Order: sequence, then C-alpha cells, then structure tokens
Amino acid sequence: MQGNYLAKRIGQALLTFFATVTLTFVLYQMMPGGPEQALRNQILSQQMGSSNTINPEQIEQLVENYTNLESDAPIYVQYYQYMSSVFLEFDLGESLYSEDTVTSLLAERLPWSMLISVYAMVIGYSVSIVLGAVMAFKEKSRFDSVSSVVVIGLNSTPYYVAGILFIFFFSIRNNFFPTGGRYGLGIEPGFNLAFMQSIALYAALPILSMSVLGLGTALTMRGNSVRVLGEDYLRVAELRGLRNSRIATQYVGRNAILPMYTQFMIGIAGVLSSSVIVEEIFSYPGVGLLVYDAIQVRNYPVLMGSLIVFTLVTIVAILIADLTYGFIDPRISSGGNNE
Amino acid sequence: MSNERPDDDLETLFDADIDREPTPRSQRLKRQFDLYVVAPARVAMTDWRAIVGTAIIAMFVLMGTVGVWLVDRPTSNVAPVLVPPFQNPNYILGTDTFGQPIGAQLIHATPDMFRMVFAGAVVSIGFAALVGVLSGFLRGSKIDTILMSITDIIITIPGLPLVIVLIAIFQPKDPYVIGVLLGLDNWPGLARTVRSQVLSIREESYVEASQIMGISTGTILRRDVLAQLMPYITVNAALASRRIIFESVGLYFLGILPFTTFNWGVMMNIAYEGNALSKPSMYHFLAFPLLTIFLMSFGLVLFSQGMDSVFNVRLRARHSSTIDDDGGPEP
Repeated sequence: MQGNYLAKRIGQALLTFFATVTLTFVLYQMMPGGPEQALRNQILSQQMGSSNTINPEQIEQLVENYTNLESDAPIYVQYYQYMSSVFLEFDLGESLYSEDTVTSLLAERLPWSMLISVYAMVIGYSVSIVLGAVMAFKEKSRFDSVSSVVVIGLNSTPYYVAGILFIFFFSIRNNFFPTGGRYGLGIEPGFNLAFMQSIALYAALPILSMSVLGLGTALTMRGNSVRVLGEDYLRVAELRGLRNSRIATQYVGRNAILPMYTQFMIGIAGVLSSSVIVEEIFSYPGVGLLVYDAIQVRNYPVLMGSLIVFTLVTIVAILIADLTYGFIDPRISSGGNNE
Repeated sequence: MSNERPDDDLETLFDADIDREPTPRSQRLKRQFDLYVVAPARVAMTDWRAIVGTAIIAMFVLMGTVGVWLVDRPTSNVAPVLVPPFQNPNYILGTDTFGQPIGAQLIHATPDMFRMVFAGAVVSIGFAALVGVLSGFLRGSKIDTILMSITDIIITIPGLPLVIVLIAIFQPKDPYVIGVLLGLDNWPGLARTVRSQVLSIREESYVEASQIMGISTGTILRRDVLAQLMPYITVNAALASRRIIFESVGLYFLGILPFTTFNWGVMMNIAYEGNALSKPSMYHFLAFPLLTIFLMSFGLVLFSQGMDSVFNVRLRARHSSTIDDDGGPEP
C-alpha cells in the first residue's frame, strides 16, 4: 500500500513537471509573431548598437541556442527536441543578454530566494498557529476580539504594501535595516560571522513582509481549535486526568493543524511566486528579481526557464510534504483518498 | 422556512414521491429569495463584520458608479502640482506630480477594478464549482481521476509567475482579459475543497434517498448539492476577489501590466518611482492608493467572514429541520 502510494505520488509529480515543460513550449509557439520572429526582433534590437550585421542563418543558429528550438523544423520535431533537452540535458537555453545559460543563472539565484521564502513560511505559519490557538483558548475574551480584528487587518494588507511600509519605517525613517541588496558591501562572502549577520540583516525585511501572506491562517487555526475544543474526546481526555500540556499539543494542536494541510501546500507555491514582487521592492537579487528583469527586456528564455524551475521547486516541496504527512497523520498513510 | 408547520413537511416529502406537483414559479422565487437574501440579511444585521464589510463594498460600488459620473475624469495640469491633502476643498486628497487630483484618480480607477474582479471571480468560482461538483459526485470514476489530476497539476504550477509570463508575452490591456488571466490560477484549490464538500454532502441520507428514487444526477446536483454549496461559494468569491485585487494592483505597481488607464497600482508605481518614500511632499501620493487597496480588501475579508458566520448560524438553526429545506421537492 505504502509503496503504491509513493509510486503514485512520484508519477503525479513527474506528470506535473512534464505538463509544465509542455506548457512553456506551447507558450513559445504562441508568442505573437512566433518564437523565431519574436526572438529575431530581440536579437536585432540588441545588435543595433554594434555595426556588424548578422545573416539569417546566424539568427537561426542564435534562436536555436537561446531556446532549444529549431524554428524551421516541423512542430513535433521541435517539441521532441525541446523536451529532450530539458529532461535529458537539463538545458533551458541561453539568456539573450549575457553569455550565461539559463540554468546557471537560476542556480546562482535560487538559494537566496529559498532563504527568504522558507523563513517567511516558517515565521508566518508558526506565528499564526500559536496565535490562532491562543485566540481559540480565550474565545470571546477581549484578547480574542482585538486580535481577530488585527489579523483581519493584516490579512487585508497586501504583502507588497507591508514591504513598502517596512522600508519606510525601518529603513528610511529609522535606518535599522538596509533598503536593498543581499549583503553589505565589502563583506567577504564565506563561512564567517560578519557575512552571516549581514545576510540576516538584509533578508529580515523581505522575510517579514512575505510572512504577512501566511497570517490569514491564524483565523483558520482559531476556527479549527474552537471546533476541536468542543469535541467529546477532549472531555474524555480531561476526565482521564491527562496533563494540560499533553491535551494542548496531542489533542487540540494536532487535530486543529491537520485540516490546514492543503492550505499549507498551496502556501508553498504562493510564497515562492510572490518573490517576484517582494524581491523587486527590496531589490533582493533572487530568482524573483531575475524574472522581473527578464520581463523588462523580454528575455523569453529566462522567463520560460524560471517558470519551469519554479514549478520544479514547488513539486519537490509538495512531494516532501506529502510523503512526510503520513508520519504526522496515520490515517493518511494508506493514501487512498486525497482530501 | 421556519414558519412552515411540521405536517407541511411530511406532506411535501410524500408528495415528492407520488406525483410531484411543481410549485408555481413565483412562489419558488419568493421562497428562494427568502432563503438566500432575506434570511441571511436578517442574520447579517447582528454581525458587525458583515455590516462593516457590506458598507465598505457598497461605498466602492458607489464610487465606481455614481462617483465616476459626479467627478470629472482627471487630466494633467488641471490643478497645481503636489497640493497637500485636506487643504483645498477642490482636491481634498491633494494632487500628484502631474497636477491631477488624487481623489478623482482613485475614483476613476474603480470601474476597471470591478471589471477585473468580476471576470476573475466568475472564472475562478465557475471553474472550481464545475470541476469540484462534477468530480465529487462521480467519485472514483475515470472523470474524477482525470479532473483531479488536472487540478493537482494546476495547483502545483506557480500561478503568479505563469500569469506574469503570459502578461509579458501578450500584454493584455482589457480589464476583463486581465481578470480572466488572474482568475485562472485561482480555482484549483477551491475546486478540491468543493469536491470534499460534495463528498460529504453526498453521504447524507437525503441524497441517497433521491438516488434511490431515480432522480437524475443532474437534478440532484442542482437541487441538493449546489444549494448547499452556495454559502461556501459566496464566501470564497469574496476571497477570490481580494486575491485578484492584490495581484492586479501588485502587477500594475511593478509596471508589468501595461499602463492603460487609471489604477491604484499605477499611481503607486509613479509615486514609488518618484521616490515618494523619502519626500514628505509626496507622501500622500503613495499613501492614498495604499489606503484604498487596504480598505477594499478589508471590506471583502470582513464581508466573507461575516457571511461565513451568517451561513453557519443559519445551518445550525436549520439543523433540526433539515428535511423541509433540503429533502423536499423544493428547488
């Protein structure tokens, strides 16, 4: 049963990845004027400054380099070539504006984006789980109603608005944090304390503003906990004389957190996606900023490549979450139903 | 609903079996109106969140309809540049760096915002309801498997980057198209939740009874399942709208969506690019659009929460008399 479930999940992950790669291929084809024309325009405008002219064959060659598409081949051949170069050679083409391959560009930026999005997820969700539980425990108290309003308010604040306000109050007015970048100038990258501190300092505001995304969970957690608190088995647990801490974690916590699982899964994709906006605001050079810059100059290969890599990261994250979920909730491990 | 006598229920219940005399259309409409508008509204009056949320949304609707008609469409240099707010009664919220009144810009951005939200909400809720109900009801069949696989695939593909790529390629200008694009990545999560709701409704005895009675699947879907899902869908429509506002304003703010008309995000972009954060004379140029977005999504969140409690209260109150509302031949 377990092995079957594993195979099914991995198969699904592969299928998803396959679908995304196909999607980017379709997008290339759907470009106004076709990929060849769109890229030809790009290349021509890029070469405008320099005096040397390029002949059509060269352009053909360039298009092929940039996208893995041989634009005069029949479409099924193109599709086959594109799929095989992505899946077998891990080649996403080349950036239009630098000598780098898309893969290397993304590989360099990805850890930085992961840094801020993972911390944002962890902070956002853990704060809201604790807050939601406390709110449920003190249901109908003043604390409950005040924090409900505060959470609704925070939940109505787009993360980029939060980011702008953070920059305003903590960087411009008070100078506590830097306004942009990954680490301070003149700090030697490597495994040393100064570098680590600098990274934390520069990542703090992006992480904070992204963690606003997860705060809505507090209300879900509150609702779940309130419901669990009214259940019979809780009374039984109390009558059995179990310690309060045990009841809180084993009975209330566990049963209240589990239904939020789907939300958490979708959250992974959401936080990573939002990096495009957050990283641009904080000029934090991660994958998001790479995408943003690529849009400005219509660097299609980079755009398509990052879409593929974003999906890959999300698939892996969800797969890990899914496979570990069985350890948390034994009811799921049989894997029959997907609710 | 609550004023029906108990023996009425029995009568209608048995009627359903023998010869189902259709209720007159007018009465049916009246009953539906009572069930979906009057009763929730009555309960809503007791929930401050529903009241405040509805008031805020109503204010924006007024802004987008009457406001647009009352206030002239702003053009450059109709006013002095960067008038501070609350100084001149003609430009209460002040003016921007081009001498356009900020209040008027905010008002004239509203109709397009509503178009976007409408298109996006219709697409995401429509898809979610269709896919969720269908696959929930055909649980275990091939169609269910296929639909859920597609849903899982789309859940996984990160929506915002995909939308950004689509926007970069096609440069959509029509607010409806933008709304549809933004709505496209919104439905899968909801579809799954709808499906699990349908699965639990399906297990209820009255649905089983309808099946045994040989009522067609389509009718059961429409009468029993969709009717129960409506509250859920209403709540989520508000949340989907909020998300579309967030994303579209964000994309306008970054300058990824082409500037075609007035938009809160476009205003923020211009202010932010003009370094409004470090120039006190420009604070209001950035602050008012920010405040507007906050207010609108605050209204939507409050509304959805208020509705949630309203519907739940109703469900609880109805629980003792489930049969007369859901089991009978009532549409």
